[in-house]
Amino acid sequence: MASGPSADAVPTVMAVPAIRPRPGLAVRFLRRHPVGTAAAAFIAAMVLAATFAPTVAPYDPLTTDYGGMFRPPGRDHWFGSDAFGRDVFSRILYGARTALLVGFGASVVGATAGAVIGMASAHFGGIVDLVTQRLVDVLLSFPLIVVAMAIVAVIGVGTDKLVLAIALSFLPRAARVVRSSALAVRETVYLEAARAMGCSHARIIFRHMAPNVMAPYLVMLTSFLGQAILLEASLSFLGLGVSEPTPAWGLMLRGAAVDFLQRAPWMAVFPGLAISAAVLAFNVFGDALRDALDPKLRV
Amino acid sequence: MGAPHAVGEAASCLFPPLRSGRWVARAVSRYILSRLLLILPTLLAVAVLIFLLLRVVPGDIVELRLVLGGSYVTPEVIAAERARLGLDAPLWEQFLTWMLGIFRLDLGRSMWSGEPVAREIGLRLQLSLQLALMATLFATAAAIPLGVLAAVFRGRWVDHLVQVISVAGLAVPSFWLGILMILFLLSVFQYLPPLTFTPLWVDPKANLAQLIWPALAVGYRYSAVATRMTRSALLEVLGEDYVRTAWAKGLAGMVILRKHALRNALMPVVTVIGLEFAFLIGGLVVTEQVFNLNGIGKLIVDAIGQRDYTLIQGLLLLVASGYILVNFLVDLIYAWIDPRISYR
Amino acid sequence: MRMQRTGGRPGHRAGLAVMVGILVIGLLSYPVTAQTPRQGGILTYIVTAAPPSFDAHRETTFAMIHPIRPHYNLLVKFDTRNYPKVIPDLAESWTSSRDGMTWTFKIRQGVKFHDGSILTSRDIKASFDRIVFPPEGVISVRQAVYQGVRAIEAPDPQTVVFRLKWAVPSFLEKLASPFNWIYKADILARDQRWYERNVMGTGPFKFVEYVRGSRWVGRRNEDYFERGKPYLDGYQALFITSRSAMIAALKGGQALIEFRGVSPAERDDLVRTLGDRIAVQEAPWLCNLIVTFNTKKKPFDDARVRRALTLAVDRWGGSNALSQIAFVKPVGGMMRPGSEMATPESELVKLAGYGRNIQQARTEARALLREAGVPENFSFTLKNRDVAMPYEPIGIFLVDQWRQIGLHVSHVQQETATYLADLRALNYDAAVDFACDFIDDPDIQLAKFVSADISPLNYGGYIDRQLDLMYFQQSRSADRATRLRVVRQFEKRVLHDQAYVMYVLWWQRIIPYWRKLQGYKTTTNHYVEPDLSEYWLSE
Repeated sequence: MASGPSADAVPTVMAVPAIRPRPGLAVRFLRRHPVGTAAAAFIAAMVLAATFAPTVAPYDPLTTDYGGMFRPPGRDHWFGSDAFGRDVFSRILYGARTALLVGFGASVVGATAGAVIGMASAHFGGIVDLVTQRLVDVLLSFPLIVVAMAIVAVIGVGTDKLVLAIALSFLPRAARVVRSSALAVRETVYLEAARAMGCSHARIIFRHMAPNVMAPYLVMLTSFLGQAILLEASLSFLGLGVSEPTPAWGLMLRGAAVDFLQRAPWMAVFPGLAISAAVLAFNVFGDALRDALDPKLRV
Repeated sequence: MGAPHAVGEAASCLFPPLRSGRWVARAVSRYILSRLLLILPTLLAVAVLIFLLLRVVPGDIVELRLVLGGSYVTPEVIAAERARLGLDAPLWEQFLTWMLGIFRLDLGRSMWSGEPVAREIGLRLQLSLQLALMATLFATAAAIPLGVLAAVFRGRWVDHLVQVISVAGLAVPSFWLGILMILFLLSVFQYLPPLTFTPLWVDPKANLAQLIWPALAVGYRYSAVATRMTRSALLEVLGEDYVRTAWAKGLAGMVILRKHALRNALMPVVTVIGLEFAFLIGGLVVTEQVFNLNGIGKLIVDAIGQRDYTLIQGLLLLVASGYILVNFLVDLIYAWIDPRISYR
Repeated sequence: MRMQRTGGRPGHRAGLAVMVGILVIGLLSYPVTAQTPRQGGILTYIVTAAPPSFDAHRETTFAMIHPIRPHYNLLVKFDTRNYPKVIPDLAESWTSSRDGMTWTFKIRQGVKFHDGSILTSRDIKASFDRIVFPPEGVISVRQAVYQGVRAIEAPDPQTVVFRLKWAVPSFLEKLASPFNWIYKADILARDQRWYERNVMGTGPFKFVEYVRGSRWVGRRNEDYFERGKPYLDGYQALFITSRSAMIAALKGGQALIEFRGVSPAERDDLVRTLGDRIAVQEAPWLCNLIVTFNTKKKPFDDARVRRALTLAVDRWGGSNALSQIAFVKPVGGMMRPGSEMATPESELVKLAGYGRNIQQARTEARALLREAGVPENFSFTLKNRDVAMPYEPIGIFLVDQWRQIGLHVSHVQQETATYLADLRALNYDAAVDFACDFIDDPDIQLAKFVSADISPLNYGGYIDRQLDLMYFQQSRSADRATRLRVVRQFEKRVLHDQAYVMYVLWWQRIIPYWRKLQGYKTTTNHYVEPDLSEYWLSE
């Protein structure tokens, strides 16, 4: 958790050298960032739980029990049961699938697409850069959730659509960040050499620029993960995410969880805890990764 | 990318990068002019985007209003209503009408309620502005002392504590925090905040009793962003040569902190606070839902749900212009204060 | 307001207590009419949506009826204590000619608008002219309901005559529509759209203020034509859109009633918290949940497939289970169960999907699917509105029912606007649809199911001239028995032979309210209430 200076600051525009895999990187990370490692372990546990949900979960997350509604947490239902008599614990386990799928999917797609656009914008420069950046300006002038809502309204609901909507709303941010890093490497001698040698645009972008923007890209990617999970929860809470009966944390907080807050508080407490824990783990891991990757901070 | 900030309410990635350069007044004014000139095309692009996006979104206000629920309605009536709302006109004509209206400072009328869009927005803006202000106040009051403490005692337990608090603040969804607050108030004090909005000047007590909770719920996350920013900016400044010089000159710690470090470190903090504020006005969609607040965020959700084109257009344009304006002001302040920025 | 923590299995014990509580309260709350109404007090109630405009002639939502209706009168109205009986409102009395083609109404003398002017037959003619023959630029949503009207005349200040093109069945009930507010002729003559944003009626309450998104306030009309009424000094309608906030407001006594309805779980929650301070009335609701099939899409273009889908749904079992968690209950055909034209249970069970033996029905359904060449594990999507009550439980229920005949159904809940657009564009397989109304009348309830080129409400996409003919026949049958026979034929064709749509369950209205609110009686729908002139507060 010991994130260094500029934990929040923006990729101050430095040429970040490419990461060169060195032996013992993982070991060094573990030694320098014990909390980050713990977060990584938690994430791994979450992935495992989600993958093996069918064997881990005590109940089927979809099975309704109209006679067993609003059961408080106890031996039968560790986290209680919901308004349809479904087991909250099992739904949270299965909900991790939705969260991770949307989290990873949206972050990777959004960050990667944004990175490509950002690098291309920096590489071509001139009018291409100007137009792209103005477009990015336009998209950045709306709150993230409003952009996501608009995209969901156009393309519809469902897990796959949700990934696309969140990825698209990350795209301008990613493009902006990567562009500023790419701009810095653009002027370096060896990229000039590459241009002089007549390398193709694609080659310059993917072989020469990409390795150099890897560090900010990875840092950005991890910070997107937490945000994507939060955004997914918010959209599902608004009814713009996945549909019932698909288990999803934000969806579990919606409707009955709020309506019967006093009568069955467990319906609102546990899914919220799950969201918070997951986002926390990704954020802490992201901070540690930023520390590890940003040479400026490695004092 | 900036902090792992949550949904919709951050923009730290937009910081104008700090670069070294020479202070040339002419360059500054040219820079400002060029920024100013960019605002108009950006806004126009925003307008076109909103307009087109809405026409791509499936759904139709007439269908929603007249057909939903199986009212016994004829196709003629539906066509008449569409004509009345101007929905049967070609797209370019609808866009032109909207644009011409904007140049006369007229955003048109809501298709759902028939009220002027400006009035619909004005009614909610009061609540949203107040909430955003309260959250900002709360966040600033918490973030600056905490951030300074953490930076000064870097690596000590105070620092760790502050970091834990702020890292948690970024992870807990504001709307869930709101739900927990309501649960707490209900089960411990059997108290429920007022359900309807009273303007501050009518009844300050009722007003604050309603808005303090959402302001706290949102302010926590917001303060977490600002705390981290304060800490890291201060750490960066504390490492600069002139601060080291001040130390070397034997100035007292507090003086250095106040006179040299904090002042310079505050700029990025102010930026974050400014941009977050701009986003708070339209970005509190979910929190407003939880607290049954009738603000801009809820209006956006409702207007999108009802496919009230004129109202959505006006709302989104307002949100975007607010953001662009704050961004411009931040740039301006930067240009004015920090002589190290270069203006290409 | 405490949580139940009685240990063991609080769910059961509490559930039982609630049931008994409801029974007792139900019995107690019934004949309280013996008391003399008390004057005074302000009634605060909740409206869960905001009124779009203030003009009832062009709107369809309860959200404008509930706060604004108390400012107006109708020509004739439903007696809420004796629904669907029609009683005088502005009309004192009426007669109809022997052939049913001419209806003559005598108007009350000396009724005053809130601006002090006297109401005459001219105002009534102007209002109904606007509904039946709307001028250019005016939207009258229910215009089609009155297509049998040839002319409206006002021969003298106290008389209004409706001349019809044919003997329209249940014409009086249609006139009693809670949306047919009587406006002032002079105002309409000046500006037909004035009423969209203003209020000027003869009703029991005068307009005080409307704070958008917050409240609508009315005060007693001292000049009201009924002596001694209204009992209340005024009313306040609070706009609260969040369900949890609404329940909290009821619990806290910040409001005494909401006139649309709550879910069974919400009812139990309120009864548990408020005990005998709250009363609950329930009634079958004139709203239904149906499933529409896209008849333009394979395999739903095959009547056998549609029949199989309706056969597979256990309505009787579903009624028992779902009525515990959602405000649905009665099993019925196309006319509301319990209404005059409803198909009795003995007939109903002969229709596909209404049989008591669900195993047999499912076997038949599987056979039909095989016959139609639908593979085992066939999958399709069920579109639904993104509204929790009662749509979501019904969706979850249907997915489970169809799973039992080997079908994989994915449930897609969409924002209402998108959902409607997809239905309209026939971009769906099967969809949960619904209809709500103020009167049990085949003209209105069956209109949805005539051919798609005639009815904008038909989302199935089918053209069936036989249905169109039957619809026409029933709407011109002055004779009730003939009409009933045609309606039954229509129903059998839609639900059984062709299975264009399937009715899942009808809604059940559950209205909890503070017992100090007196004179309230639940009816079959949320449009004919609230008639605030009859209500009073006991404390």
